[in-house]
Amino acid sequence: MTTSRLGFGTLLSGLSLLLLLSVTLAVMIGPVPLAPDLVWRVAFHELAPGLVTPDWEAFQRNIIWELRFPRVLLGGLVGAGLAVIGATMQALVRNPLADPYLLGVSSGASLGAVAVILFGFNWFGIYSLSFAAFLGALLAFSAVYLLALQGGRLTTGRLILAGVAVAYVFGALTNFLIYNADNGEQVKSVIFWMLGGLGGARWDYLGMPALALALGTLYLTVQARSLNALSVGEETAATLGVDTSRFRQQIFALCALLTGTLVAVSGGIGFVGLMLPHMLRFLVGADHRRLLPVAALAGAIFLIWVDVLARTVVAPQELPIGIITALLGAPFFLWLMRRNGDALGRR
Amino acid sequence: MRVDVCEVSWGVAEARIVREVSLDCPVGSFVGLIGPNGSGKSSLLRCIYRILQPDAGIIQLDTEDVWRLTARQAAQRIGVVLQEHSGEFDFSVREMVFMGRTPHKTLFERDSSEDVRMVEHALHQVGMLAFAERSFLTLSGGEKQRVLVARALAQQTRLLVLDEPTNHLDIRYQLEVLDLVRALGVTTIAAMHDLNLAALYCDQLYVLKSGSLVASGPPEEVLTPALIQAVYGVQAEVALHPATGRLHVVFLPRCTEVFR
Repeated sequence: MTTSRLGFGTLLSGLSLLLLLSVTLAVMIGPVPLAPDLVWRVAFHELAPGLVTPDWEAFQRNIIWELRFPRVLLGGLVGAGLAVIGATMQALVRNPLADPYLLGVSSGASLGAVAVILFGFNWFGIYSLSFAAFLGALLAFSAVYLLALQGGRLTTGRLILAGVAVAYVFGALTNFLIYNADNGEQVKSVIFWMLGGLGGARWDYLGMPALALALGTLYLTVQARSLNALSVGEETAATLGVDTSRFRQQIFALCALLTGTLVAVSGGIGFVGLMLPHMLRFLVGADHRRLLPVAALAGAIFLIWVDVLARTVVAPQELPIGIITALLGAPFFLWLMRRNGDALGRR
Repeated sequence: MRVDVCEVSWGVAEARIVREVSLDCPVGSFVGLIGPNGSGKSSLLRCIYRILQPDAGIIQLDTEDVWRLTARQAAQRIGVVLQEHSGEFDFSVREMVFMGRTPHKTLFERDSSEDVRMVEHALHQVGMLAFAERSFLTLSGGEKQRVLVARALAQQTRLLVLDEPTNHLDIRYQLEVLDLVRALGVTTIAAMHDLNLAALYCDQLYVLKSGSLVASGPPEEVLTPALIQAVYGVQAEVALHPATGRLHVVFLPRCTEVFR
C-alpha cells in the first residue's frame, strides 16, 4: 500500500487530466466543429464574465454553452455515478454480477417515464419526465426494500429475489402501457428513453445529480474500509467492527436514491455499472479506497466518449446510448477477461 | 482480558443449540472447546463474537457486557479467526491483513506508518511476509488461514477467538500457529477438533455435547477414556507423553484384530 500509493496518485491525476481532455474534445466534436480554445474561452466567459472578451458568434456560444457542455457534463455525471454504484452494489451483495439496476430501480423509473410520455402528464412542466421517473424508482425500491426486510434485517438473498420480482412486475406494467399505446411516435420516444440517452441535457438538470453524486461518492469513499470488510464476508465484517445490518440498509438506500436520480435524467444505461467496476479491479485491485475514486473518473470518461459516438455515428440521427455501451463494452470486457484469466478474480 | 460466559443459551425456533453453557477464562489463558460436530462449539463462539445474540445468559469481557458494546468497540477487544473464508473479490494478502486495522480507524483516517508496521509484523509472525503482494484468492487453504490469523493479530485485541484455527493447515503450521498464539499471552478461546493439539496447548478444556457442557477442567482431568467414549463414541487410551509431559490420546479402531 505504501509502495503503490505514489503510483495511485499518478493514476488519479492521469485520469483527471484525461477527463478534462475528454470534456474538451467532446464539446469540440459535433456537426459544427469548434476549436478547443474557443470552448474554454466561452466557458470562462460564462463562469466569470469580464475575464475574456467575447469575440465569437452567438450561435457558437449557444452550441457550446447551452447544448454541448450540459450534455457532456451530464454524461460524465451519469457515467461516474453508475460505475461507483455498480462497484458498491457488487461489494454489498458480494456478487460481481450485481449492477445498479439490481434493486428494480430502473424498471420503476421506466414505468414512471413511460406513463408521462404516453399520457402526457404535465404537472411539473419540463421536469415531469424526470420527476415521474424518480418517483417510479423510489416506489420500486421501497417495494423491494420492504419485501426483503425480515425481522428488521436485510438479507442479501431476499433482496436480490425481491429486486428481480419487482422488476418483472414493473416491467410488465410498462410493457402493457406500451402495447396499448396507439401513437407510434410516442412508442418510439418511450423506447428511446428506456435505452438511455443524454439528448435532453440542460444546465438545470445537472444540479440534483451532481449534488447527489458528490455527497454519495464522498460518503462511500469514507466508508470504504467497511465496504472492503463487507465484500469479504458478512461475518468477517461484523468481527471487524462493522454494524452490518445498519450499514447495509444505509448503503442500499443511498444506492437506490442515487440510481433513481441518475435514471431520471438519463434513462436506463446498461453495462457501465456492471462491467466497468470489473475492468477497474484488474487495474487497481479490490480495495474500495482506490476503486471508488477511479471508478468515478473512469466511468465519467467512458460515458462521455460513448455519448460522442451516440450522437456522431449516424448523425444527424442519434443512437440510444445504451446500445453503444453494450456493443462496445461487452467485446472489450471479454477480451480483458481472456487476457487476465477469470474476471471474477484470477482464481 | 478476562472472559466470563455465564449460562448462555441460544437456539433456533424450538431447537436449543447452546444450553446454559458457562466458561471461565482467566487473563492470558488458552481455553479449548471440544466436542463432536454439531455440539454447539461454533454457535457458542458466535455468541461471544456477536454474530448470534444469546437468548439467555451474559458474556462479560472484564467488566463489560459484550452485547452492550458497539460493533466497533467489540472489534477492538475481540479478534476472530473464522473457519471458512468465502469471497469473490481479489484483495492482496497485505490488504486482507490491513482490514484488521478497521476497528481502530476513524472515518477520515488514513493508514499510519504504525499500521504499516503492525501489518508487516503480523505477516512476519505467520511467515507470510514474502506473500504480501500476492492475491489472497490464489493462496492454498493453509496459507489463507495464516493470513487470517495475521489479520486477527493486526487487530491487536486482548481476546482471540479461534474457530478450528488449524483446520486447513499441515502439521508444521498447526504447531506454528498454536505456538504463536500461546506465545502472545493473549486470552484465547478456541474450538478444537484435534484432541492431542487441544491437550498440548490448552490450559482448560470445556467439553460440549448436544449444546450442553459435560465436563471442564485441565486436559489431564477432562480427557479420560470414559469421557471420550461418552462424548465421541470411540474407544481411546490416554497417557502422559514423556517428551511433552502433556496428555496424549490414542484412538482405538473397532476392529483391532484386522490390523494384527
